[in-house]
Order: sequence, then structure tokens, then C-alpha cells
Amino acid sequence: MSTTSLEALQICEECDTVHRRRAMTRGEVGKCACCGATLEHYHSLNPNTMLALVLTAFIVFVQANLWPIVTLGLNGRHSSTTLWGAIITMWQSNAQVISVLAAATLFFFPLVKMLSIGWLLWFARQRRCAPGFVPIMVTLHYIGPWTMSEVFVLGALVAIVKAKVYFDVVADPGIYAYAVLTVLITIFARVDMRELWNMRMKDEG
Amino acid sequence: MSALPRAADLGLIGCHVCRLVCRQPPEGADDMACPRCGSALHRRKPATYARTWALLLAAFMMYLPANFLPIMRTASLNDVDDNTILSGVKELWINGSADLAIIVFVASILVPMLKFLVLGTLLISSHMRTDWAQVQRARLYRLVEFIGYWSMLDVFVVALLSALVRFNVLSRVEPLPGVIFFGLTVVLTMLASMSFDPRLIWDSRDSDD
Ligand SMILES: [Zn+2]
Ligand SMILES: [Zn+2]
Repeated sequence: MSTTSLEALQICEECDTVHRRRAMTRGEVGKCACCGATLEHYHSLNPNTMLALVLTAFIVFVQANLWPIVTLGLNGRHSSTTLWGAIITMWQSNAQVISVLAAATLFFFPLVKMLSIGWLLWFARQRRCAPGFVPIMVTLHYIGPWTMSEVFVLGALVAIVKAKVYFDVVADPGIYAYAVLTVLITIFARVDMRELWNMRMKDEG
Repeated sequence: MSALPRAADLGLIGCHVCRLVCRQPPEGADDMACPRCGSALHRRKPATYARTWALLLAAFMMYLPANFLPIMRTASLNDVDDNTILSGVKELWINGSADLAIIVFVASILVPMLKFLVLGTLLISSHMRTDWAQVQRARLYRLVEFIGYWSMLDVFVVALLSALVRFNVLSRVEPLPGVIFFGLTVVLTMLASMSFDPRLIWDSRDSDD
């Protein structure tokens, strides 16, 4: 078999079945005939649109981290918190493990994800391969499952309902920023990593 | 089923990281790296049974204290109340938010239990190389991978409440050790499901021909 015929193949990640690549139309999802896993979803990455999305996500991310998430009121006294407020509180209350987990899954990993994808797309737009392409792509592969912003949004909702029993609770802009961020992250979570890898092959070929 | 060729039969290997299709290295020279991303190429994830069992057992050892120890203390002027995960769900239910109570119950109690059951079943059935319910088992694995991280819900709730009700003179919320065990349970079960290789579900097919 020659190299070109290898490129015409793909292997299902979940059952090791070999499939022939086929031309796909926009929005189509290829499923493995053996186990039903998603092989690829084609949505012809447009670097400009994606870059705009990543930039928006970054701005929303900064706001989500700066703005308070929830405010409590009791007898005229108010207290509010941000994500970092929660992280620091956990550190100071002998729950450093939780503090590190929250900082990683809610701040550092989403940040690294956004910056990396932005960086790759910035160069893709100029039809160039980004410096550090391979280590960045490998990093993205490993941190992929460890971003949890959407869980945090639901957590904030539960916290509000729980606190409502004893206090006056107001949801602050931070939580809306988080909700928007979750939607944006879901959109670029759909970026097929394979498409990014292949983008590089095209550049070199 | 034999109509669908498997990578191993064709002498091919898919990179676990970038999914490049590579030719399998000759026997003995199995330390080959992927030409595209440099990751080590393996036919199956290395030591998958040992790693997954170890992580699953460790997760289960964390899961017990996570459920029996209180995860959060709420203190006001006249009483101190220690909440476990289950009592938190009960409180939500009583305070009129049944739908959220169900979500928290599913995320913090049902999902971890499901993960133990599913991964345990997958490990045992794959080890026996049975071809029983392969499609269903593959689906279960995908489900566990997809919902696993939602169990962090309660951990974030405790973190937010502790930060919010902190500088209040009249009341205070603080995390208790149970929440640390719970966070570790979630991380360990996630690592366990990542180290399981779903290809093993289908490996009985090798013996068909
Ligand atoms: Zn498959
Ligand atoms: Zn690779």
C-alpha cells in the first residue's frame, strides 16, 4: 500500500474498524458502521469565522472571571463572589485539592484551550502552520475532557436555589457571561481536531 | 461482521492522539512514534486492565467516605448543620426545587455508581473476550465518557456557597473533608474511563477467523 492509500483510510477510535474516507457534505456526521461511534463531523472550518468566535469567547471569559457571579443579601448586608473568590476560599478552608481542581477545570484549561485554538487559527488564516503546532495540538488532546464551565453554570444555579432559603439572592452578570461562554465553548468543542491536523498536512503537501 | 476489516488485521495502527493511520511496526520494534505528532504508537492502550482496575478501585475507596462524611457545614447563630451529599439532595427536594434535586441526585449519586457498574462490567466482559452485547457495551462506554464530569456539580456548589456565606456575621458555610473525597472520586473515575480501551470490547472478533 502506498502512503496515498493510507490517507484515504480512517480508523474508528473506539473499535479499531478501518473505514474508507468519503467525501462529506457540510454538517454531515460520519458514524462507524460497526460500533456507532462518530468518525468525523464535517463542517468545513472557516478560520475567519472561527477566529471571531474564539475572540468573542475570550472577551466573555475575561468578564465571566471578573464579574461577580452571585450576590447574597441578609438584613441589608451584601456579599458576592467570583470564580476566583470561590477558588481562594477553598484554599483557605483546607480544601486545597478542590481549589486546584476548580482553578484547573474552570480557569486554566479553558484559557489554554481558547488561546491555543486562537493561535492555530490565526496562522491558518494566513495559510501558515503555527509555530509549536504539534505540542499545542497534543496539549489540546489531553486537556480536552478537563474543561468544566458548563458544570459550573449548573452548580451556580443549584447554589442560588440553596441559598435562597436563607438569604435574598441575586444572580449577577458573571453567571450570564458563564452561560454565554458555555454556548461558545460548545461551538468550538465541535471543531474537529482531525480537521485541524489535516489542515497542516495540506500546508506541507 | 467479517466484512469490516480491523486495523490490526490490515497491519495498521491508528495514533491515539492525532488519529493518523500508520503502518504497524515490525514485531519487536514496538517503540515506534507517530510520524505526525510524536506520540508512542500502541495497538491498544498500554496496561489498560491493570490501570483501569487500579483507578476504579482507588475511586471506589474515595467514594465511600465521599458519601458517608459530611461535605459542607452550615452554621448560623443557633445551630450547626453538617450536610452529606444525600442530605443536600433531600434539602433541595423539601425546599421546593424537585427538578434540581433530581439533577443533583443523578449527577452526584447515580452517575458515579453507574460508572463503577459500567466500567466493572466492561472490564470483566472484555477480559473474557465475549461477543455479548458489543454494540450496547460500546454505547454504555460512550455514555460514561460523556456524563462522567457532571459529577463535579456538588463540588462547585460547595465552593460557591462557602465563598458566598463567608463574611457573613450571622452565618457561615464551610467545606468539610467529604467534598475532597468526592472531588477525588470524580477525577479518578474520569481517569479510569480514559484508561479503558473500548477497542477491547470488539477484540473477541479476532478469534472468529
Ligand atoms: Zn467503531
Ligand atoms: Zn499521532
